[in-house]
Amino acid sequence: MSERTAATTDPDATDADDDAAQTPTEVTSGSTAVVRALENAGVETAFGVQGGAIMPIYDALYHSDIRHVTMAHEQGAAHAADAYGVVRGNPGVCLATSGPGATNLVTGIADANMDSDAVLALTGQVPSDMVGSDAFQETDTTGVTAPITKHNYFASSPDTVGDTVGEAFALAAEGRPGPTLVDLPKDVSLNETDTEPGPAQPPETCRARTDPADSQVEAAARAIERAEKPLLLFGGGVVKADATEVARQFATEHRIPVVTTMPGIGAMPEDHELCLSWAGMHGTGYANMAITHTDCLIAVGTRFDDRLTGGIDTFAPEAEVVHIDIDPAEISKNVHADYPVVGDAGRAIERVDAELDEGPDAREWVDQCLAWKDEYPMDYAAPDNEPLKPQFVVEALDEATPDETIVTSGVGQHQMWAAQYWTFTEPRRWVSSHGLGTMGYGLPAAIGARVAADDDETVVCVDGDASFLMTIQELSVAVRENLDITVAILNNEYIGMVRQWQDAFFEGRRMAAGYDWCPQFDKLAEAFGARGWTVDSYEEVPDVIEEALAYDGPSVIDFHVDPAENVYPMVSSGGANGKFALSEDQL
Amino acid sequence: MSDNRTGLQGPAPDERPHPDGRRNAQGIRIDPEAESEHEPRRAVFSAIVEDEPGVLSRVAGLAARRQFNIESLTVGPTTVDGHSRITMVVEEPEPGIDQIEKQLAKLKPVISVGELDDDAVRTELVLLKVRGEDPDKVHAVTEMYDGRTLDAGSETITVQLTGDERKIDDAVDAFRRFGIIEIARTGQTALAHGSKKTVPGEEPGTSGEPTKPNTNTQ
Repeated sequence: MSERTAATTDPDATDADDDAAQTPTEVTSGSTAVVRALENAGVETAFGVQGGAIMPIYDALYHSDIRHVTMAHEQGAAHAADAYGVVRGNPGVCLATSGPGATNLVTGIADANMDSDAVLALTGQVPSDMVGSDAFQETDTTGVTAPITKHNYFASSPDTVGDTVGEAFALAAEGRPGPTLVDLPKDVSLNETDTEPGPAQPPETCRARTDPADSQVEAAARAIERAEKPLLLFGGGVVKADATEVARQFATEHRIPVVTTMPGIGAMPEDHELCLSWAGMHGTGYANMAITHTDCLIAVGTRFDDRLTGGIDTFAPEAEVVHIDIDPAEISKNVHADYPVVGDAGRAIERVDAELDEGPDAREWVDQCLAWKDEYPMDYAAPDNEPLKPQFVVEALDEATPDETIVTSGVGQHQMWAAQYWTFTEPRRWVSSHGLGTMGYGLPAAIGARVAADDDETVVCVDGDASFLMTIQELSVAVRENLDITVAILNNEYIGMVRQWQDAFFEGRRMAAGYDWCPQFDKLAEAFGARGWTVDSYEEVPDVIEEALAYDGPSVIDFHVDPAENVYPMVSSGGANGKFALSEDQL
Repeated sequence: MSDNRTGLQGPAPDERPHPDGRRNAQGIRIDPEAESEHEPRRAVFSAIVEDEPGVLSRVAGLAARRQFNIESLTVGPTTVDGHSRITMVVEEPEPGIDQIEKQLAKLKPVISVGELDDDAVRTELVLLKVRGEDPDKVHAVTEMYDGRTLDAGSETITVQLTGDERKIDDAVDAFRRFGIIEIARTGQTALAHGSKKTVPGEEPGTSGEPTKPNTNTQ
């Protein structure tokens, strides 16, 4: 273990950061300018993996107070930075070298792009005079990542690279958040400069409009006033804009029912009377009924993803759509907005609220929505003669953990059960891969979330067997950093969502879906230096969860759950939300 | 563990009330009895962009990955240092045309973008290389279309023509009789009519003043 690694894992070192002011890095080179720009932007932590072309940046980090968490794989670094940003509410930072380092980041950057998560990626590059020569570990990183970043930069001079990094950091957070990248040729990093970077500013051409136009606010308010069946749809934008309080206030003051998208989970407390939880493919029956019958859908910070809308032809077919979003390009992209309101979510809601003469009178509609809650309750059968149900495990974890526990997940059936059966009451607590659907997101995300969270907060990763296997190497990081994370694998020995679809749509031909070849996860966890358990029965569930949560370090519980269990309700792909199936025979 | 768990309950899909309303492929609510689709139309966009490496590939890549149908794309410097003008002709149904403009506006190097009106001044340049066997007739057709002969030899004649798309199409047809050996078209470039601004924020007549960034507010 190097001196530097020892220093980062020494708890006294991090405590000292809180008291003593950071010593800013002295700018002597491109790489020290980069690190100084990160410090100026308030970056406390970066996730990454070393490598040839990024070595000068790491060398500059050696003397910086920025904490660096070495990940096992660059994809893990990108996911960890992404989750760190989700929990903290400001951009996460990841680093990788050129070539394979950069291409390994790609999945994580694409994931951040789809979920509008602010991430700054710094990649090493071969020296400028070798660019284009197919040099060792050369990849056209800005070319590869252009479609999946808000913008990327190719650093050209040590004198300007600090400002470029500051701009990229600010751009990641500006308006609709997203990933940015700066590619750093090795000579730019190594060459001398004493130019200190200025304050981090987003580029002038990318400043978002935050205060909506009066005419848009007025038109939206009139539409809401005349609605008889108004419905609020809170997307991830409500969470990202820190507009949760304003949004909740608006809903409760005017007694308008709320559905959320999956990234919007936690924007409204799921135990609130007016909250119908999340809509879409595996959303609640009552949310999908409400979205099908509303006459005025007030959508805030959502891009109307196909997993939410189902078939566009039958999406909210009776509704005038009020669409509040900070990105004008989302207005009428997928669903036509009758009343667009371009601006910051919180500000726009405040403005619309102030413009309302009186709220809509929707008592009957609210009663109807509440009746749907009773008519289509979320529940699962758990007969004695069937194996442990995954939904029970999720409920047991929710029960055993504090209210504001952070939950990360992979992608698949376990993700849907976690989202369905965990009751989220606060934003930035559900950390998942929504738009890209990246299996393997859960564990590195838990690492990023754990580093971002306060010590007294609990972090749980609900994972699937196939998802966990994709980024399992990051467990070594959790052990090395002694991160208190509880991983709950809902192990059904299948890539379960695929198996469910094969049974429903491919006449049960389970091609490449069986995962009974997975290793013994409890033993593997122990081999990594974590704690591991296997649970097969209901009786063991509470005690093992308690033991794992009590362990101050990474722990893995391998829950052997019913391999035949399916995720319902389900709206078939491209189908009508109101026709959600409650079982396979209704598809 | 059977306790009182019953599983999912409620009326089956066909037993639930379903509204009659429908949306079309653009997400616009429609009369289900009278399905209507937007016909594609041609639009010309002009954008002032920062002249930085890769800007053209960013614009072209955006169009490709969002499946915008580009007819032509031209780029060239302006009188402002570091600024270029991109002219893009697309053919899309109406909502798609709005999307293109908004997506272009989001690109960081794009300073300002706007769609040109129908009365905009548009032109295209074409180089045509035809067989040189009948120089007099080639010359006559070239004159007819106000073209210029750039290169003439015993085997080939190369002419230059400019004009709007229809004129160029007609001219190309007229030259076919000589046997067109090679052709190169630049695609349309355009400016707004009279004192109108070609892109929002641009100040015609004050060349040298940088074009101001434009906040797209939809």
